[in-house]
Amino acid sequence: MTSQDVHFYQVGSFAVGNRLLEQEERTVQAQVDRTNSIDSGHRACQGCGEALGARYALDAAMRATNGQIVAVNATGCLEVFSTPYPETSWRIPWLHSLFGNAPAVATGVAAALRAKGIEDVRVVAQAGDGGTVDIGFGCLSGMFERNDDVLFICYDNEGYMNTGVQRSAATPPAARTATTKAVGAEPGNTFGQGKDLPRIAMAHNIPYVATATVADLHDLERKVERAMEFHGARYLHVLVPCPLGWGSASNETIHIARLAKESGLFPVFEAEDGVVRSVSPIRRRVPVEEYLKLQRRFAHLFGPHPRLDVIARIQSMADANIERYGLVSPESLEESS
Amino acid sequence: MKLPFAISLDIGSGRANHTGSWRVERPVYVDRLPPCNNACPAGENIQGWLYDAESGNYEAAWRKLVEENPLPGIMGRVCFHPCESACNRVQVDEAVGINAVERFLGDLALEKGWTLPKPGPDTGKRILVVGAGPAGLSATYHLRRLGHRVRLVDSASHLGGMMRYGIPAYRLPRAVLDAEIARIVAMGVDIQLDHVVHDVEQERHDGMFDAVFLAVGAQLGKRVDIPAGDSSRVIDAVKFLHQVADEDPPLLGRRVVIYGGGDTAFDTARTARRLGATDAVIVYRRNRERMGASGEEFEQALGEGVTVRWLSTIKKFDGDRILLEKMKLNGEGFPEPTGEFEELDADSLVLAVGQDTDLSLLDHAHDVTVRDGSVEVLDSMMASPSGIFAGGDAIPAQRTATVAVGHGKRAAHGIDNFVMGSDSVPKVRNRLASFEQLNTWYYADAPRTERPELERIRRQTNFEEVVGGLSEDNALFEARRCMSCGNCFECDNCFGVCPDNAVIKLGGNMRYEFDYDFCKGCGICVKECPCGAIEMVPERN
Repeated sequence: MTSQDVHFYQVGSFAVGNRLLEQEERTVQAQVDRTNSIDSGHRACQGCGEALGARYALDAAMRATNGQIVAVNATGCLEVFSTPYPETSWRIPWLHSLFGNAPAVATGVAAALRAKGIEDVRVVAQAGDGGTVDIGFGCLSGMFERNDDVLFICYDNEGYMNTGVQRSAATPPAARTATTKAVGAEPGNTFGQGKDLPRIAMAHNIPYVATATVADLHDLERKVERAMEFHGARYLHVLVPCPLGWGSASNETIHIARLAKESGLFPVFEAEDGVVRSVSPIRRRVPVEEYLKLQRRFAHLFGPHPRLDVIARIQSMADANIERYGLVSPESLEESS
Repeated sequence: MKLPFAISLDIGSGRANHTGSWRVERPVYVDRLPPCNNACPAGENIQGWLYDAESGNYEAAWRKLVEENPLPGIMGRVCFHPCESACNRVQVDEAVGINAVERFLGDLALEKGWTLPKPGPDTGKRILVVGAGPAGLSATYHLRRLGHRVRLVDSASHLGGMMRYGIPAYRLPRAVLDAEIARIVAMGVDIQLDHVVHDVEQERHDGMFDAVFLAVGAQLGKRVDIPAGDSSRVIDAVKFLHQVADEDPPLLGRRVVIYGGGDTAFDTARTARRLGATDAVIVYRRNRERMGASGEEFEQALGEGVTVRWLSTIKKFDGDRILLEKMKLNGEGFPEPTGEFEELDADSLVLAVGQDTDLSLLDHAHDVTVRDGSVEVLDSMMASPSGIFAGGDAIPAQRTATVAVGHGKRAAHGIDNFVMGSDSVPKVRNRLASFEQLNTWYYADAPRTERPELERIRRQTNFEEVVGGLSEDNALFEARRCMSCGNCFECDNCFGVCPDNAVIKLGGNMRYEFDYDFCKGCGICVKECPCGAIEMVPERN
């Protein structure tokens, strides 16, 4: 008689929790006593990916450090919707200074802790993509270069959403924003510009760089825990869909993040000392249209006069990612051809 | 201490901001009817007992199973499992092997000696059950649980009906049959065997019964008119299988031809092979697509050397040769003669062309309607307002053991309403859980575990069981393939994916609640629920 591995759980590998798993094998988010670092009552939009990503990441960091973290926040959606004076939704020590200086403030907090001889308290800095790739970029690069003991988390929603959806250097090509209108021969954001921050961070040769999405909680939590095993500068880049800025349905947030990964547009990997160590392979590959057509910021590519040429360029970006990071195993490539 | 302004305020929690007021739709938890439960003729809560089996709580699973069906060991062998055809997992990889897990639970219960629930408090009502096949036994079980006294009569010398006299032992070992029947008998049943009921009204009057359940089966093999010589050996399949069950098999010779295309034809052919026939040839006037037998039975029979002549009818049998006429299907799918003939060597011919019900016991029951040889019944299985109920093969329905078990249960509740003078309405069924409501991303990829089959060579010569059981590991694996369609299985997804922490985890099988003070109604929980157990409803003003 053939025998199967009994340690198979109905949804153990993908869902948040599972009643059949041992307590310690479940995710932080499955625990009734999770920190809920950012509490109910925050003013984020319906279906906000950033509010979700921040809770996922910080709750995991809280577990990894036995509750000993200080968070530094750049200006941005996350700061604005969580702390309208005199309220706060944070249930952890939390500082906010300016839009561009979160990495520098975090460096200062880490230095102060070191000066006071406090070793068990760890520092997490967080910002949106604007505060990371544009406005805070100089401070961040310095923090990386000095290898300060900070985990910097970027919640990437691909634009300045809080101020009315303007383009950032993380906005993808062809996307419509308030400053990249869907008009003319090359509608939306231009191709060939913008910054790939995870690769820039890797080029600093810092100990740990990783990407994640809100669609894979197990992966995100594991990466936060792994990051907290290192000292020095670490960078985590989390894709957090924005229903407002992307023009997507509020219930699609996780689904869209999943499609970003499964199409290859958003490679999910981790790197140590500047070298990619592992990637999350694509499980159910989809063409980029599946991802794009759910978002009104790409609506000008579809409709009665679809821009197949633009879609093809975006597809080739996804294909390049798949090749660069090896997101599809050679065997499954053969199967699909 | 007096503090300057701006640090004189308490820390204000954002929880003061009840964001639930933004909502125009609210998520609500629902239970939907899983397609397996919907398809089960015996009305089993399959998703429910698989849920218990998944955690290795086999006794709880078995208890949930026997709430509806007291014969899981038998069902796990002979049921044609429409549940698996309906299973949503078919659209992911393959159906969950529900039938195999049911058998595992049934066998484990026998091994561990788990007993059925105790009979209900005595109502003083007396019910006559005629026929101790699957319908009669199921009705007896449910009637006893409702507290009614039951007299179970059967014309044969053993209980079991067609499960004993129609289904060969290599598909249903007698030890399992006997043990599951004994468990029902142990609930306290007045049994009368070798007793033929000639007149149901007289029998009811003599025994002062409050109601009667007729489950007499279809015991008469149909005949077809085939010119056959005096020396020709022609027998009907029902009689043949009955004699084999009585361990008094008739001599059929080495070349046996079976006429018909249903399960009975295949049972007969496979039995004939075991009794030493070198050739067991099924002659069927339609093609494979239109045959009545189950695919599994067909494949197993072919594996044992049974052959089939499709699109053929028998014109003549002269003792050692059969004359076949080739047929073709017309536009409506009916066979038509072609005028082409061929011959086939045969020592005997077994007719498996259908069965009729002997309803002569109803000759004096004038308010019972019999049409086309079957008893007409209402949904409650009531055949006459005077309290005669009927089920199983005696009424117009699919003739399988599982359907009969379902009839027995429904009749028991119908009888209960009748004798107690109540009119409880059946439970409202939940809406069906469709595949489109699932989010299958969350289910791990896992192929189905097949039950081992006895080596073909061994099963040609004996009546040992052909299909083996699952090991515990495999049964557990198989149970865990269930996607729990439409019913929360506490995966914590809604609890995890809410950006507003507006899902409260109650824990300990209590599932979850929404915190509507903070739920903004984004609907992520609905979209990401693997099993479709949440839906959005418009907010009331």
